[in-house]
Amino acid sequence: MSAAPPRLRLSGISRRYGAIQANDGIDLTIGPGEIHALLGENGSGKSTLSRIICGITKPDAGTIEWNGREVSFATPAAARELGIGMVFQHFALFESLTVAENIRLALPAKVDAAALPKQIEEVSRRYGLPLDPRQQVASLSAGERQRVEIVRCLLGEPRLLILDEPTSVLSPDAIRSLFDTLRRLAAEGVSLLFISHKLDEVRALCDRATVLRAGRVTGEADPKVTDSPALLRMMLGTDPAACLLKPRDPGAAVLELRDFSLAADDPFGTSLHTLNLTLRAGEILGIAGISGNGQRELVSALSGESQSDSGSLFIAGQDATRLAVSARRALGLALVPEERLGRGAVPQLSLAENALLTGAKHGMVRKGFIDTAAITARAADIIAAWGVRGGGPDALAGQLSGGNLQKFIVGREVGLAPRVLVVAQPTWGVDAGASQYIRQRLIDLRDAGCGLLVISEDLDELFQVCDRIAVINRGVLSEGAPSAATSLQQIGALMSAGALAHG
Amino acid sequence: MAEWFRFERNPAPKAAARAAAPLLAGFAMTLTLLVCCLAMDLPPLQSLKTVFITPLASAYGIGEWLLKATPLMLCALGLALGFRANVWNIGAEGQLTLGAITGGGVALYIAPSLGMFGLPAVLLAGMLGGMLWAAIPAFLRTRFHTSEILTSLMLVYVAQLLLSYLMHGHWQDPEGFNFPQSRAFEENLILPLIASGQRATIALFLALALAVAAWIFVRRTWAGFGMLVASAAPAAARYAGLSANRSIWWGMLISGAAAGLAGITEVAGPIGRLQTSISPGYGFAAIIVAFVGRLHPLGIVLAALLMSLLYLGGEAAQLSLGLPSAVTGLMQGLLLFYLLAAEWFTGWRLVRTPMRSEVAA
Repeated sequence: MSAAPPRLRLSGISRRYGAIQANDGIDLTIGPGEIHALLGENGSGKSTLSRIICGITKPDAGTIEWNGREVSFATPAAARELGIGMVFQHFALFESLTVAENIRLALPAKVDAAALPKQIEEVSRRYGLPLDPRQQVASLSAGERQRVEIVRCLLGEPRLLILDEPTSVLSPDAIRSLFDTLRRLAAEGVSLLFISHKLDEVRALCDRATVLRAGRVTGEADPKVTDSPALLRMMLGTDPAACLLKPRDPGAAVLELRDFSLAADDPFGTSLHTLNLTLRAGEILGIAGISGNGQRELVSALSGESQSDSGSLFIAGQDATRLAVSARRALGLALVPEERLGRGAVPQLSLAENALLTGAKHGMVRKGFIDTAAITARAADIIAAWGVRGGGPDALAGQLSGGNLQKFIVGREVGLAPRVLVVAQPTWGVDAGASQYIRQRLIDLRDAGCGLLVISEDLDELFQVCDRIAVINRGVLSEGAPSAATSLQQIGALMSAGALAHG
Repeated sequence: MAEWFRFERNPAPKAAARAAAPLLAGFAMTLTLLVCCLAMDLPPLQSLKTVFITPLASAYGIGEWLLKATPLMLCALGLALGFRANVWNIGAEGQLTLGAITGGGVALYIAPSLGMFGLPAVLLAGMLGGMLWAAIPAFLRTRFHTSEILTSLMLVYVAQLLLSYLMHGHWQDPEGFNFPQSRAFEENLILPLIASGQRATIALFLALALAVAAWIFVRRTWAGFGMLVASAAPAAARYAGLSANRSIWWGMLISGAAAGLAGITEVAGPIGRLQTSISPGYGFAAIIVAFVGRLHPLGIVLAALLMSLLYLGGEAAQLSLGLPSAVTGLMQGLLLFYLLAAEWFTGWRLVRTPMRSEVAA
């Protein structure tokens, strides 16, 4: 490795967006066959850097060397020509098309469509990525969809593969098999840039790590040797606060589902089958599961956006099965949905107006008229209390970063002093510092006597904050088990049970 | 390396560009008119003066201008509230007609015995009539998911036929030499004029008050906020428990009431009685007014004044230039056409790409 030139060497890469210096003199070297981690919080410049490497963004300053030769590429196509591929965090696949058709769409026009299914099968066999080219994407799990993206990149025979948060939607099993594939690729000499903020994964997989903070490199480390707290310190600049979940006795039931069923309203949705659940005051119940197993339907069934076919739902002891959204909220239900923009918040409206969205019954509307001073004050309170960065009450919700908007939405719902809070994906796409803060505030709310239902794909998170954990799999909810009495492996097995056959 | 041009969505159109679009459309319309004049061997500048300046050269002319702008304002202000919430009431003309019928009925048969409350009762009945007519599409939409675009439009013709039936039947003036019209309303049931020597009535002030009320409704009330959220982010509206049906009801009822008011202020104003023809298509022209005014109350007031001038200009062109009466519709259509084109260019921009890239990653 010392004799050959590095696969990729970045020196002094800088890129500025308006007032924000996204990348500031970044140096990074990746050798052939090396698995290199790029660690950092949201907004630390990871995405900008990866966009520069794959030709989407042009740096303001700095040089890029590819196999020892200085290069500059204007477009993603030019980067692909050199052998740089990228697997994005969110897959842009057409649900109604087959695997082969989706891949075909992303390849240059000259590719022979007839030979493609064979090529796909060959690549997927070679790298342990089982995939049927004729299958419709709609029927694939998140893990399988990611395989489609990886196979698409591999068909271009890349020499450097960039993976942006590849594990965020995968079950533990799927993560393990992804890592096997990545190791095989590395053994063949493909370089990998693994972007993540999950330290245990980085430590399990990567040979080296470059840590970014606020657009600068704050350290390089061998993640196999350096421990997690040290890496976290590099990412955050300070010691992270740990969550504290003190055992406490739960109170009366605040949310109950009895034999609750709901038919999916779209052909690619998941129906819920006779769910039973009891959530008590002062308790956090976690619901683990791979995305697409009924979480979305469960959230809208609880909120009242969908009405159930059979069974019953009780909020604070009252039958709420037939109640509409606002009547359920009046009983003390608050809710943080998974989609922030367009559901949890209206991107075109200001934060003050977004504070009003769920606050009409909380003194912000008088006799049908909006109390402008009250909503501005409420928004300012949330911004100050939750450290929301990106503007004051007048800032548009759509202009905030995902993490800051999430803090605002969680803050808004927590501020309603609910008896039941349902939170879907509380820290999805939120950086480590803010995630920890959100989790701690959820625990504080529990200690204040609220019942919380936390739906998450992040098992570490669930084990950190939950008193009990249940698993949702294909619309069926397992019985909740105390988190102290269960293990990551047991929950992981329940999450992928029955799904093994095709994923 | 070949250069390519392509259109790209402009993520944040500037406020100035959005405000400039109607001005640009008005300019393009004028230019087209000029070209038409040249093609027909009419003196271009003289013709423009005839259309745009001469109608406003007298106090009477200005009165006519405000008179025709008033029903346009009333209808467009109501429609815009619905349009902002994706409630597509296309039938303001029908609600206007029904407002004239109910208000006119009260004026003919009930109000004469009400003394000083007569005129308010007439206006109120007009608004209720418009609301009633708008409630039908609202009910069909919320109950059966029927498109309100179709139902409200179809009800226009039902209302017009109903009016025609009444004018040829029960409500016909027995001393009217068999003309299809009612008796004239009593003097104290006609809206006062804003000044003598012209025909504009105090309905203009009602329209201006409605503009202020509409602004307050949109910016300051919970119902207006709900309609705003329902159009900007329907999923967020469902999440927050803001009922989509309530938005539809508000949007239809308010626009129906405003159109009904426009209808009754026409018959209890310049017309002074019920007759088969009470509106030269104000309810339809108001759709254009609403969009030219960017769905904003102030913009709508200005757009209504412009559209009213087009009506007057069209009449003038007919009288002194010998152009066909269709020229009014032509100008209205051109204005909307250019506005939509200008809109498109504020939302999209032309960019030059250095080479063809197969995938926009």
